[in-house]
Amino acid sequence: MTMPTIANLDTGTFTEWAGFLDGIPVFADAQGFIRVIEKNERRFDIHNGILCAKPAFDGKSLLSGGEDGKICRTSADGSSEILYQTATRWMDKIATGPDGAVACGSGRKGAIILSSGEVREIEVERSIEGLAFAPKGMRLAIARYDGVELLWVNTKNPNQFLEWKGAHTGVMFSPDGKYVVSLMQENALHGWRLGDNKHMRMSGYPAKVASTSWSYKGRWLATSGAPAAILWPFAGKDGPMGKTPKELGGMGKTMVTRVCCHPSADMLAIGYENGMIMAVRIDDGKIVSLRRDGQGAISTLNWDRSGARLAFGSEDGEAGIIEIS
Amino acid sequence: MNDTTSHVSQSVDKIPVTVLTGYLGAGKTTLLNRILTQDHGRKYAVIVNEFGEIGIDNDLIVDSDEEIYEMNNGCVCCTVRGDLIRVLQGLMKRKGRFDAIVIETTGLADPAPVAQTFFMDEDVQAKTRLDAVVTLVDAKHVVARLKDSPEAEDQIAFADVILLNKIDLVDDDEKSALHSVLNHINPHAIIHETSKAEISLEKILGRGAFDLGRILEDDPYFLTNVHDHHHHHDHQCGPDCSHESHAHHDQTGTHGNLNTIIHDPTIGTVSLRAGELDPNRFLPWIEKITQIDGPNILRLKGIVAFKDDPDRFVVQGIHMILEGDHQRAWRTDEERSSRLVFIGRDLDREKLERTFAACAI
Ligand SMILES: [Zn+2]
Ligand SMILES: [Zn+2]
Repeated sequence: MTMPTIANLDTGTFTEWAGFLDGIPVFADAQGFIRVIEKNERRFDIHNGILCAKPAFDGKSLLSGGEDGKICRTSADGSSEILYQTATRWMDKIATGPDGAVACGSGRKGAIILSSGEVREIEVERSIEGLAFAPKGMRLAIARYDGVELLWVNTKNPNQFLEWKGAHTGVMFSPDGKYVVSLMQENALHGWRLGDNKHMRMSGYPAKVASTSWSYKGRWLATSGAPAAILWPFAGKDGPMGKTPKELGGMGKTMVTRVCCHPSADMLAIGYENGMIMAVRIDDGKIVSLRRDGQGAISTLNWDRSGARLAFGSEDGEAGIIEIS
Repeated sequence: MNDTTSHVSQSVDKIPVTVLTGYLGAGKTTLLNRILTQDHGRKYAVIVNEFGEIGIDNDLIVDSDEEIYEMNNGCVCCTVRGDLIRVLQGLMKRKGRFDAIVIETTGLADPAPVAQTFFMDEDVQAKTRLDAVVTLVDAKHVVARLKDSPEAEDQIAFADVILLNKIDLVDDDEKSALHSVLNHINPHAIIHETSKAEISLEKILGRGAFDLGRILEDDPYFLTNVHDHHHHHDHQCGPDCSHESHAHHDQTGTHGNLNTIIHDPTIGTVSLRAGELDPNRFLPWIEKITQIDGPNILRLKGIVAFKDDPDRFVVQGIHMILEGDHQRAWRTDEERSSRLVFIGRDLDREKLERTFAACAI
């Protein structure tokens, strides 16, 4: 790996998402703008305040939810459509799935929007804290107080409830669909193996986990929440049960705020609270510095499909593209 | 105890949050609109839990479902408000839009989880600070409320500032009875009589009531009890009566009716005083007391003089959450004494007094 080159931009506010759509760098900020960077920077006014954003499964568009109660789909050419809209509530949770499916949540209400345009409204007993589609898109996981609901996307079969006491603030499936892992209010992850509903407790974090990423082939689950990236082993048949996690990229007391695993190598990018970014090889922990530091904590990190470029954004608006080759 | 070694954090860059509680109809919305429309040049973000019922005139209003989350430690009092964590995180992403935040809770809301959110969630704590809990009380109806709802009592017990609103609707006898009731529940809150929630805003905003640097500074109980308060059992409790729980003299008839007025007469205050304390006894004691009696303690505040320590040590707590720190040096004109107040339910006065006294040197 040679020295990276960095192209900078300033969103002027919290960067909600930085990444690539169809290979084109795109930045979404908390104010509601989506910037597309080609030869020139083009800025599109999508929301009155963006609260959440995720790329579509096919990587061609960005789905975003806003303070305006809207869910929008924006493409790299700047064209945008409103997929769903509520009256006045903050739309702060979003997930994307196969075949263009989108799920969104606002308090105790939410919706699944299928590519056919069909909208299925959902309502849960407690506020929706996190959403994730299963890899094949048949099920939707909803994180809420005291557990995770598993809802069938295409049928009205009753939800399965994965119970675990406490506040679950986010959720994900493993890439093979065998595990559901939630983020918890009390500095821990909780996991279920879907085959036998066996519990997995992943604790010991000094801070809340805000960022997670599955490594290439799903062998590791990398997370923030500590002054190093924490990687839980998922390769064996028992997942991380009874195993200690790997700690990578420790830089003294500087907290890790974002992690993003490389799409085709056992490597991950780590963003820190001081704006620093590192690339770390999972096998031997070898570190390459990608960005020294900056004004604010790294709030988003995403590789392009080839893994040659990394987009980043920070809480105070500093953002950019790092080219590695 | 958290942060006993660090210094009192000067939270200048943290956004202040004021919590408005009070029963439906007590005047919260009227007060909120006064805050928002007065020409003070400050911009507010408002979080409400009962959107749509009432007109609030502000650009930035966020509605959320009240979500009380118990922390996963098996303790019923360790709770946060999940909805507030989410909304505050969202608001703080665009913090340039406002100077302060006001949370208007529902009439039935328990203020403790709201307040605890500011001490138990690291993200909220990093960017905002709780300024004060302001409770509106409807002078005409509060007595009926206290009979049928423990929430009304909690809101009064938890308050830093109480607005005895719609005061124009009650006569002088009722007024003095109301002060007795409020003082009985919480003698440490500052009470303002208002009609139509009319009040100058500096009396409710920027109070720093949870600021360890200002702890007990405006406490009416301690201010009026600078000299030993001789308690006359035949006195008439009025607006200036700010001694602790009257349970001890209700035999005389002065407050004989309190137990019938208040739904849950177990709520009350224990105020403790001593000279210098031994830190090696006091610190384990306060930790233990809050661990054991935490569920019953609504608020605690104190200033402590440790032997051979030139600095004042200050503490505050909500249920089991305890914060303590060195504050500033004792001034030469100050008496090096220790004061501690507990507001809570079923407080064991005898035990608290005895065990606290054992911490004295
Ligand atoms: Zn507790
Ligand atoms: Zn009295």
